[in-house]
Amino acid sequence: MSSRTPRARRTPRAPRTPAPVPFTFTFDGRPVTALPGQSVAAALWSAGILAWRTTRHGGAPRGAFCGIGTCYDCLATVNGRPNRRACLLPARPGDAVTTQEGTGHDR
Amino acid sequence: MPDAVIVGAGVVGAACAYYASRAGLTVTVVDRGPVAAGTTGAGEGNLLVSDKEAGPELDLALLSTRLWRELAGTLPPETEYERKGGLVVATDGAALTALRAFAEGQTKAGVEAYEIPADGLGDLEPHLAPGLAGAFHYPEDAQVQPAMAAAQLLRAARADVRLGQEVTAVLTDRGGAVRGVRTSHGDLHAPAVVNATGTWGKALARLAGVHLPVLPRRGFVLVTEPLPPRLVRHKVYAADYIAGVASGSAGLRSSAVVEGTPAGTVLIGATRERVGFDRTLSTEALRRLAARAVDLFPVLAGVRAIRAYHGFRPYLPDHLPAIGPDPRVPGLYHACGHEGAGIGLAPATGLLVAAALCDDPPPLDPEPFRPDRFDDTEGAAS
Amino acid sequence: MTADLAVVGAGPAGLTAAATAARLGLDVTLLDAAQRPGGQLYRHPAGGPVPRPVRRLVRRLDRVTHLPHHHVWTVVRDGDTWLLHAVAGPDEAPAAVRARAVLLATGAYERQLPFPGWTLPGVVGAGGAQAMLKGGLALPGTGAPPAGTGPGAGGRIVVAGSGPLLLAVATTLAAAGARVPVLVEASGPAAYARHAAALARNPAKLFQGALYGGALLHRTTRLLTRHAVTAAHGTTRLEAVTVTRLDPDWRPVPGTGRRVPCDALAVGHGLVPQLELATGLGCATRRTPDGTPAVEVDAEQRTSVPGLWAAGETCGVGGAELASAEGEIAALSVAGRRPPAAAARRRARLRAFADALAAAHRPGPGWTDWLDGATEVCRCEEVTAARIRAAVTDLGARDARSVKLLTRAGMGWCQGRTCGPAVARLAGRDPAPDRRPLSCPVPLSQLAQPPGAEK
Repeated sequence: MSSRTPRARRTPRAPRTPAPVPFTFTFDGRPVTALPGQSVAAALWSAGILAWRTTRHGGAPRGAFCGIGTCYDCLATVNGRPNRRACLLPARPGDAVTTQEGTGHDR
Repeated sequence: MPDAVIVGAGVVGAACAYYASRAGLTVTVVDRGPVAAGTTGAGEGNLLVSDKEAGPELDLALLSTRLWRELAGTLPPETEYERKGGLVVATDGAALTALRAFAEGQTKAGVEAYEIPADGLGDLEPHLAPGLAGAFHYPEDAQVQPAMAAAQLLRAARADVRLGQEVTAVLTDRGGAVRGVRTSHGDLHAPAVVNATGTWGKALARLAGVHLPVLPRRGFVLVTEPLPPRLVRHKVYAADYIAGVASGSAGLRSSAVVEGTPAGTVLIGATRERVGFDRTLSTEALRRLAARAVDLFPVLAGVRAIRAYHGFRPYLPDHLPAIGPDPRVPGLYHACGHEGAGIGLAPATGLLVAAALCDDPPPLDPEPFRPDRFDDTEGAAS
Repeated sequence: MTADLAVVGAGPAGLTAAATAARLGLDVTLLDAAQRPGGQLYRHPAGGPVPRPVRRLVRRLDRVTHLPHHHVWTVVRDGDTWLLHAVAGPDEAPAAVRARAVLLATGAYERQLPFPGWTLPGVVGAGGAQAMLKGGLALPGTGAPPAGTGPGAGGRIVVAGSGPLLLAVATTLAAAGARVPVLVEASGPAAYARHAAALARNPAKLFQGALYGGALLHRTTRLLTRHAVTAAHGTTRLEAVTVTRLDPDWRPVPGTGRRVPCDALAVGHGLVPQLELATGLGCATRRTPDGTPAVEVDAEQRTSVPGLWAAGETCGVGGAELASAEGEIAALSVAGRRPPAAAARRRARLRAFADALAAAHRPGPGWTDWLDGATEVCRCEEVTAARIRAAVTDLGARDARSVKLLTRAGMGWCQGRTCGPAVARLAGRDPAPDRRPLSCPVPLSQLAQPPGAEK
């Protein structure tokens, strides 16, 4: 997105104690870097990915919306299990997240 | 002044309006809530012949089956009429024997029913559990989207529909004959009033000074997450459901009617309890529904239920509806007490009521549905 | 074993109640859907520091049985105790807790008013954006942050909607490095003036608002009151929004729309109490000044159902301070102690302030004018505004439930949590108290064999 240099500003919740060690999982086969404790949705956002599902009727792209597990828009298939709420599910090393199409049970 | 006021905008009231209007009558439909707000909106949209033993209710269902087929050609596709067929499975040899006798009686009454051997079940329902003894296939069983069916029938009836208006009194003349209803929004005059108020049938009858012992029977339905189409193809249920329908017991009766919907969700329905209008969740009811559904379709074990809801079926002590004129109050007609079969039985009920309103010959023998067939001692006009 | 008290929800109300009850000697089990205590307001990532305002409370949890990642799907009466059924952990395992008393502190979620384009990726809830930032160190639509250094920067995030949360969200996003070109608030200053008395009795709150607002205005954010985002544009993701002036009824003023390019939109119209566990148990509700139902409680936070207490946003949205005050009163009540008069006065003052804010930000009836027929009001089932309006005008729907039955709006995964308030308004009603016997999806295998809980 923006190539502008971030303005020098203290980030509010930057870790003070030992820097967390990033790990990777895959999204549609591509590696995505995540921080310990990050939800799948947060890790995808950080990787610039905003959509990981297409709707049942219109085939429209969707990603995280409410961010707190209420709206179910962020459903993803994780390790073969469909309809996981990406905004609540913690990312784990080696997870395979795939774009979910339709009901998620179709394939 | 309309020819009749129909109280109740559920599927039965809508069907009464539709057939009355088709017979040339003008009708006003009044309901204290929106369309399909009672049992209709809580139903699964079953149009079943398979669960009815030979007798008056089955005759009504067979007539309705024909009428629904006609209506499907008239009403818009959103009504979601689908002749998907029913599959009644027997878990063991004894159940299959009982089912065979049951189906024989039905066949004699004109129902199409075909025995499916155990090794033929997979062709009809690929995900059905192994080890079942056999089944009967009822190709006439069908389904509609019940709220939409009621709304579209009402629309096609071109009736004067007054929603959000509660009937507070049935108006009668000095001779005791009906002359309309009083509502929260004023009086509606008509020479005939049709009681199509479902579970409130008893209360409306009381307003007219007569006793009609309609009682609520609670049912829970579980709805799964959306699943691929045709995962479950028929209305599939175990033979013990039939026993549940006919039972008069107050305890929890359950079996699992499992079926897919055009929206992709699978409905698991049909607990039956007499607990009044109790709205609290019964985890025991849900447990039984879920367990039976998973027994029938093991593929559902990992699937999530996203919704559970309950409804109250209006039933009468002999499990037959009350349809037609009430001889105790001239001008009063009833069309209620259909228990869990109101969607299916609505068109035949509407046709019977319309015929009665017009003084035409009835399409079938209305005698078993006479509204005054119950003991009149309790709650009679006082 | 049977706990003296089960608390559902570990936000400010639940945490305060659990800690207070434990201090009073009660055996407390605290169940929470999230992984970390703190609720939506004090979200924080696993391994990260606990936010200061709840740090003391979280420390006191060592005397409480804390069950994180337990989503309670129903509470049922079982003899003289309560049985709470939960879906637990990422693997959705069954769990059950038995308790003599239950406190519902289930919080709230964001109210959304749909507009054309609001389903585009990049449009996110305002509270959601904040939650994802606090809990996941991620910003929407801003590209990759420098790995391991916290949130990225440079993305343009428009913040829009209504309510006091927006200033906080904009501030948090800006502090994390996002650019917030404009903050769009649908209410006008006049709405505040009408409730000036209640607002003025709470100088600390006003000051807090002024601080947030002041800090922002010194940066590059423009504050537009009596405006709304009335459309989002883009093909596969958000590229721009249209910001339009509103009349006092929130009707868009024709010809005033301006296109604002952005990478993300954080939008929300205040909060809605999460009620289904309470309504499922038959608790009486009240209507708050912004039209949303909330659990009705007495001076001791008792609901209308004996043995059942409620505290925090469940009883009406009012912020962390009020939630904590209610949590403390509830815990005292459960323990059989009379809450001190000072606590009751504090609660009353904060509640009056919350009600005034709610009234000031109550959505005006004209917002439905910014929908077009093709706008998907129900995101789950993809039901358009045109279909909902047809159900009302042609088919006899008169409330959210009958619209749902006729259109499937509200029948999908979220069970109408997202579209419910909007659908009710399209049917000409204020939303009715939610009825959802299952408060979250439950695997059928788990429903079929619910775990018992020992007495």
